[in-house]
Amino acid sequence: MIEVRGIVKRFGDFTALDGVSVEVPAGSLTALLGPSGSGKSTLLRVIAGLEQPDEGVICLAGQDVTKIPPQARGVGFVFQHYAAFKHLTVWENVAFGLKIRRRPRAEIRQRVTELLELVQLARLGDRYPAQLSGGQRQRMGLARALAVDPKVLLLDEPFGALDARVRKELRSWLRRLHDETHTTTVIVTHDQEEAMDVADRVVLMNGGRIEQEATPRELYDRPANEFVMSFVGPVNRLGDAFIRPHDVELLLEPNGSTQEAMVQRLVHLGFEVRVELMRDDGEVLSAQLTREQVEALELLPGQIVHVRPTRQTVFQ
Amino acid sequence: MAARAAALPAPRARRSAAPGLAVGLSTLYLSVIVLLPLAALGWRAHGWNAITTPQAVSALELTLVASGVVALINAVAGTAIAWTLVRDRFFGQGVVNALVDLPFALPTIVAGLTLLALYGPRSPGGVDVAFTRWAILVALLFVTLPFVVRTVQPVLFELDTEMEDAAVSLGASRMATFRRVIFPNILPAILSGVALAFARAIGEFGAVVLISGNLPFKTEVVSVYVFGRIESGDTGGAAAASVVILGISFGVLLAIGGVRRWATRHDR
Repeated sequence: MIEVRGIVKRFGDFTALDGVSVEVPAGSLTALLGPSGSGKSTLLRVIAGLEQPDEGVICLAGQDVTKIPPQARGVGFVFQHYAAFKHLTVWENVAFGLKIRRRPRAEIRQRVTELLELVQLARLGDRYPAQLSGGQRQRMGLARALAVDPKVLLLDEPFGALDARVRKELRSWLRRLHDETHTTTVIVTHDQEEAMDVADRVVLMNGGRIEQEATPRELYDRPANEFVMSFVGPVNRLGDAFIRPHDVELLLEPNGSTQEAMVQRLVHLGFEVRVELMRDDGEVLSAQLTREQVEALELLPGQIVHVRPTRQTVFQ
Repeated sequence: MAARAAALPAPRARRSAAPGLAVGLSTLYLSVIVLLPLAALGWRAHGWNAITTPQAVSALELTLVASGVVALINAVAGTAIAWTLVRDRFFGQGVVNALVDLPFALPTIVAGLTLLALYGPRSPGGVDVAFTRWAILVALLFVTLPFVVRTVQPVLFELDTEMEDAAVSLGASRMATFRRVIFPNILPAILSGVALAFARAIGEFGAVVLISGNLPFKTEVVSVYVFGRIESGDTGGAAAASVVILGISFGVLLAIGGVRRWATRHDR
């Protein structure tokens, strides 16, 4: 378990972490989500000991490690830009932590073989990082971090530098890996879809503070505030009310509770269609419909429709 | 995903737009500026006994040992200075940075004069090394200082600091991180700087000629010896000695280049 209590971290005049407290349950996969500059990466680096906090306490597995150097914290860290040791082969990269710990040769050989197998790089052990693709490099980074049997695994935007397809592939692979090893894992990401896809719990940060801490579903269904609501998915604003595009119903006839709007544009995204609308007072909003619904309504740009929210959220 | 594990090709050098023309021009330029004068030198060289005399051999030995020592000291000191300039922030850093290039900017004879004033018989600090072998060392260290600093500095600046974070998180001490991660990555640059410093030291004349005293068998370096041959009308012998230094310099540069290739094998 990771316990973070009242962490403050300043860089000159800038307060990166403004009194952050959070608990990461043992064996969980938790995502630190937030826009850039929200302090999520700094928090991860503070947990790893790569940054010293100005105030607050970090406990790993019940032990106060605030004053313990990163070398002795037993964390595995995976970096966005891989941080591969480019002068070492894939094999040597993975063996690095074990060699530092002066483990017997036979043990190193067995462990590295095992890990390269696990990350599907067994045949590329004698390559140099420059000869690997981004996805392969990041799997190597993961194997390297796992080699030392870390108490916690910390991943800082691990898939941020990869293209969309590889990112999705690695994401679900990471999830399967976690389900096998159950290492307490924290992943930093700015991508809400990634956080919701991979994590058991999501900690949403903004401006050096925590906005909400919840399961992906709770976060989406019961956002604590406006920021959370608009960060975890697209949102329309009608007066004080926030409405998700999939909670906007379009009707061809007015029925008393509806408002008039003109179809501006139809965006076909495969199964779903995004309908961009403008109300007569100039407000724009979007509705998310299925292809069948759009066909049934026979929607065309320029057409007048009647809009009704099926579900809306108002924050006090 | 297993299918994708199959190799990416290693990055290849990009062909230039007009390879024939580029190679031709480079070769022509190099020939006129470097090869032709060197060939002339070889042509003029005769009287090989000029380089087998005890005096010549002694000068050659002294030059090679002094240059080797200077290159080694530079490797350490130059790397340390580059490190400070890149990684530390201190008052007057810009000045220190500019100061490093000063030996390049100063005519070497002026450097010799300055060193003589500072470390000569009338040294304000009471350190008199003039006309000793120490003087040669000091003079060579002065003129070769910038090489290692200026080759290591940009590499250190570009070095991925996350690599060090990774090493630390894997349990490596500061020392181990330097030895296992930072050093192997700056070694090629250090070698380049060392090669340049060595080559420069072998040929240095201006900075050495005033302060060393040029005592045969004691403080006479090979460039000064060559000058002496010319003064006494033996241009053939001077050319012969020059050809020998040239050969040795070239050999050393090739060898260091080889080590450098080996040290950067992972980039190819």
